[in-house]
Amino acid sequence: MAQVAPAPSSVIEVQNLVKRFGAFVAVDDLSLTVAPGEVFGLLGSNGAGKTTAIRMLCGLLSPTGGTARVLGFDVGREPEQVKRRIGYMTQRFSLYDDLTVGQNIRFFGGVYGLEGEALRARRDWAVQMAGLEGKADLLTRSLPGGWKQRLALACSVLHEPKVLFLDEPTGGVDPISRRRFWNLIDAMAAEGVTIIVTTHYLDEAERCDRIALMHAGRLVALGTVSELKDVFAGRAMLEVSCPRVLEAQERLEGEDWVLEASVFGTRVHVVVADAEEGRGKALDVLGAAGFAPLAVDRILPSLEDVFIHCIEAEEAARAS
Amino acid sequence: MSLRKIGAIAVKELRQASRDPLSLAMLLGLPTMMLILYGYAINFDVRHVPLAVEDRDKSAMSRELVASFVNSTYFDLVSDLPAGADLGRLTERRIARAVLVIPEGHARTLAAGRTAPVQLVLDGADANTASTILGYASNLVAGANVSLRLADPAATLPPPPGIDYEPRVWFNPDLKSTQFLVPGLIGFILMLTAVLSTALSVVREKERGTMEQLRVTSLRPSELIIGKTLPYLGISLTATGVIILAARFLFGVRVQGSYVDLFVATLVYLVGALGFGLLVSSLADTQAMAFQIGTVTSMLPAIFLSGFIFPIRSMPAVVQGLTYLVPNRYFLVVLRGVILKGAPLSTYAGAPRWELLFLCLYGAAVFGIAYARLTRKEG
Repeated sequence: MAQVAPAPSSVIEVQNLVKRFGAFVAVDDLSLTVAPGEVFGLLGSNGAGKTTAIRMLCGLLSPTGGTARVLGFDVGREPEQVKRRIGYMTQRFSLYDDLTVGQNIRFFGGVYGLEGEALRARRDWAVQMAGLEGKADLLTRSLPGGWKQRLALACSVLHEPKVLFLDEPTGGVDPISRRRFWNLIDAMAAEGVTIIVTTHYLDEAERCDRIALMHAGRLVALGTVSELKDVFAGRAMLEVSCPRVLEAQERLEGEDWVLEASVFGTRVHVVVADAEEGRGKALDVLGAAGFAPLAVDRILPSLEDVFIHCIEAEEAARAS
Repeated sequence: MSLRKIGAIAVKELRQASRDPLSLAMLLGLPTMMLILYGYAINFDVRHVPLAVEDRDKSAMSRELVASFVNSTYFDLVSDLPAGADLGRLTERRIARAVLVIPEGHARTLAAGRTAPVQLVLDGADANTASTILGYASNLVAGANVSLRLADPAATLPPPPGIDYEPRVWFNPDLKSTQFLVPGLIGFILMLTAVLSTALSVVREKERGTMEQLRVTSLRPSELIIGKTLPYLGISLTATGVIILAARFLFGVRVQGSYVDLFVATLVYLVGALGFGLLVSSLADTQAMAFQIGTVTSMLPAIFLSGFIFPIRSMPAVVQGLTYLVPNRYFLVVLRGVILKGAPLSTYAGAPRWELLFLCLYGAAVFGIAYARLTRKEG
């Protein structure tokens, strides 16, 4: 069955996508587009709806409402067309522990319909890409986590998909392996593969071209890293170091010159209109209240600041 | 459907099976082990019954009667008792299961042309065995009577009866229960291994998350199901061969009918069993659960509702109705026919016997339901 998909300007188009499980709304009115060759990050806490969204985009779950098209195919109506053209890799990555590296590659190659010379060529490519030269006969179970992850990635792109979905691909892997993994992702993106990745790690999010932040099923922020950080444009972020941070945060929140104050571990992050003026006022207020030792510095807002700001804004909007 | 993809799955499945030699040995070896165990353990034959004798006559006649008991091989003489021995203690301790008491004057009474009573004391605790022993003993005494009359030129004894009773047992002339049990065992063992191996192999993929990975490939459900069942069909057929060989060399059970018929019948039966395994896999999320559902739903009916050990005709009507849902019921009839009677398979494929047809229906129905359940879309 030859199907010609309309040449898309965007690889993924999601419009008002909804997924309900009974009364629970896992994905609520999600709309976004992803351009060819983009590395698109999907962020959010556990239960934010990232995995449900990705599983719908892969054709594994049918949407309750709205539409999603991947490479021009509707995921609800033509899931098989979608599946044929995408790669998918999960955190619980799915290799057969009791098969060797080479057998896993051959199996997934076979399942994707590769054979003969094409299969051999892709197998050699996969072994090389995963950095497993000379290890084809090792049992997969005996590989360290980072290697398994690269092998799983290689197995999920044996059929050279144009779109690759990665659902928390680097969970539980050491930082060096994570870096190697991301170098592979960048290399694939450079070859024109569109990559959608979910992650908890903000350093990984910084490597994405664009980021969507989900919270409780809804999209709360979308843009490039610098666009998102622009939330704080014209305002300044101060970091207050002092004892009894919760108390300090409450006190600062009551001040009318403070736009936002939130606790970040052992510090308080404060958003103000003017950095120097804010710094002086913070020192005065907290100093007078006996918070010592006390230090106030201007910092650049991190993605985490952006997310906390977005989520708090969203929750405030819902509450009202 | 792509043969290439089915092949990739079947090869992977066999590789995984061979990587796990214990499971493979279990699939191929366990059936034979069970055959040996059940073959020797489930034995309704009664032989070498320990017999004590209290011979108060001590004549040539009485010794001849005792000899006829022992020579029959049904009885082993374990004790020669003095007159007035405590018979109760002897049977309580199970030293003897039967005691033959020959009163004083046995030979004299016979010589006088009168009927001479002998007594057989039986341990009736195991009623089945006791009635079997009783049957043997009656036959032996009847035989002894016949020889007495033949050896009686004076014709002082009454003439023999007019009807000469000569029973002939067909198909299993020695009435060996292993002959009868082997076909049932094949059905039972195949059901268990086929159901469990398929169910566990599918559920293992669910547990490890590889099923999700397979679902996102463009693999069709039919390709996955065929690729997964073919290797286990092969393994189960091999196991059948091993059982048939073991049955022949261990129990002397020969296949009287054609091996082709046996193969076809087994194939049809296995399709249903593998389908049932798939059905179990669609109900279970963990291997432990699949194992439990699999054993309970395949093993118990195969033992109790198939006619394997307990005759279906003597079951209550409701239970008899249930047996129509158990494929072993049909397979057993066909197997006993082909293996013991040498009946051609066509006997069971048309009026008045429909067993083969029922097996086909069962296989198609179970496979259909399993297929529908496994290809159901999530969400």
